[in-house]
Amino acid sequence: MGAKLTFDGPFSVELSGLSQRRGTRMLFSSLDLSLPSGRALLLTGPNGSGKTTLLRTIAGFLKPLSGTVTLSGAGDEVDLPEKCHFIGHYNGLKASMTAEENLRFWQRVLASDHAGDARSVNDALIELNIEHLADIPAGYLSAGQQRRLALARLLLSPRPIWLMDEPTAALDDAGTRLVVALVDRHTAAGGLAILSTHLPLPVQRGTGFDMRDALREREEAVG
Amino acid sequence: MTAFLAIVARDIRLAIGRGGGIGTALGFYLIVVSLIPLGLGPDINLLARIAPGVLWVALLLSALLSADGIFAADEADGSLDILSMSALPLEAVTFAKMAAHWLSTALPLVLLTPLLGLLLNLEGAAYPTLLLSMLVGSPAVSAIGAVGAALTLRARKGGQLVALLVLPLYVPTLIFGVTSVEAAQTSPAGAAAPLLILAAISLASSALAPFAAAAALRARS
Repeated sequence: MGAKLTFDGPFSVELSGLSQRRGTRMLFSSLDLSLPSGRALLLTGPNGSGKTTLLRTIAGFLKPLSGTVTLSGAGDEVDLPEKCHFIGHYNGLKASMTAEENLRFWQRVLASDHAGDARSVNDALIELNIEHLADIPAGYLSAGQQRRLALARLLLSPRPIWLMDEPTAALDDAGTRLVVALVDRHTAAGGLAILSTHLPLPVQRGTGFDMRDALREREEAVG
Repeated sequence: MTAFLAIVARDIRLAIGRGGGIGTALGFYLIVVSLIPLGLGPDINLLARIAPGVLWVALLLSALLSADGIFAADEADGSLDILSMSALPLEAVTFAKMAAHWLSTALPLVLLTPLLGLLLNLEGAAYPTLLLSMLVGSPAVSAIGAVGAALTLRARKGGQLVALLVLPLYVPTLIFGVTSVEAAQTSPAGAAAPLLILAAISLASSALAPFAAAAALRARS
């Protein structure tokens, strides 16, 4: 499944002159970053430094104050959000639906072209080591198990860009290693992963980016 | 299409399932309508005269009770963000959620109406027109309710705000719904005009509301 995954070829996500604020506070301004495929970008920085806001801006949930996020390379007509998977603070699970039903729903919504493939839902559950929880309502799962279930969504439809906001939150050590392995396999297959994290995740092909640098650039520009 | 149907099916399931809105809406409808005879006393002629209006108002209030939740649960658990990353346009997502609300809430309310008509001594001849008017008019109720729900998603006490925003917009639906029943009592053919206007209101709101609701959702951050 994942290992065979390849994308339309090299692409890159270009952030140019990107500025964003929350309320009256500037988080980053005139941010220029070129994110090539096959790499993992690790966003670090203290709480409130704008990691989540940057990810949500790239995902298209937030309109940038100024600047643009563009995808160059693979199929320019397609909107960037349709090429992305987003793992946020909330897991997007319905408590009354079983783990499997939750995944099957997201598969039908995210991979709209081919109908629900029972095998790959099962594969995703096995991959995240939660196949024994398939028939349990998501509301009964622990926070870490719900996180794994959310991560399983990444495997349901191949999308080249993974946006992950603290993907290891609530996960145990084995879960954290699993995230690293998933990201490694994704970048090896030519995908791009952008993660915010407080842990030094040992991902391959990773580049760090400290959000405080974005702030510093701004201060230099202002000064 | 798969994605659209998946959203409709999931929302209906969640509404009917444990903790869903359908039980509350039906119960509210039943209780509001049963309170009217208690409040007005046993004047069966009076009840029969006001029955269509009372049933329509109660239906609007009951449908509104669950309308504010059309997007709230998906917003709270992060589903709405993921839904917006689907290849399905956000307008289609909101339309799917409106359709699911109509199927899972408005339609059961309409189907409960004949039973509640008995409580209000509704005239036998009025049943077909009343049900038809509700069937034709209720899509507007779900569609307008969804716009209100999308607009108040980030507001605290959004549910109460939805009522203030949306109830005035229900006025045309209510007027033509009740008018059609009254017109049918004088001449059977007389109901056609108000019913057609009601259909126009429903079609127009179903067509425009997805765009309004999607715009409101995009602007919410």
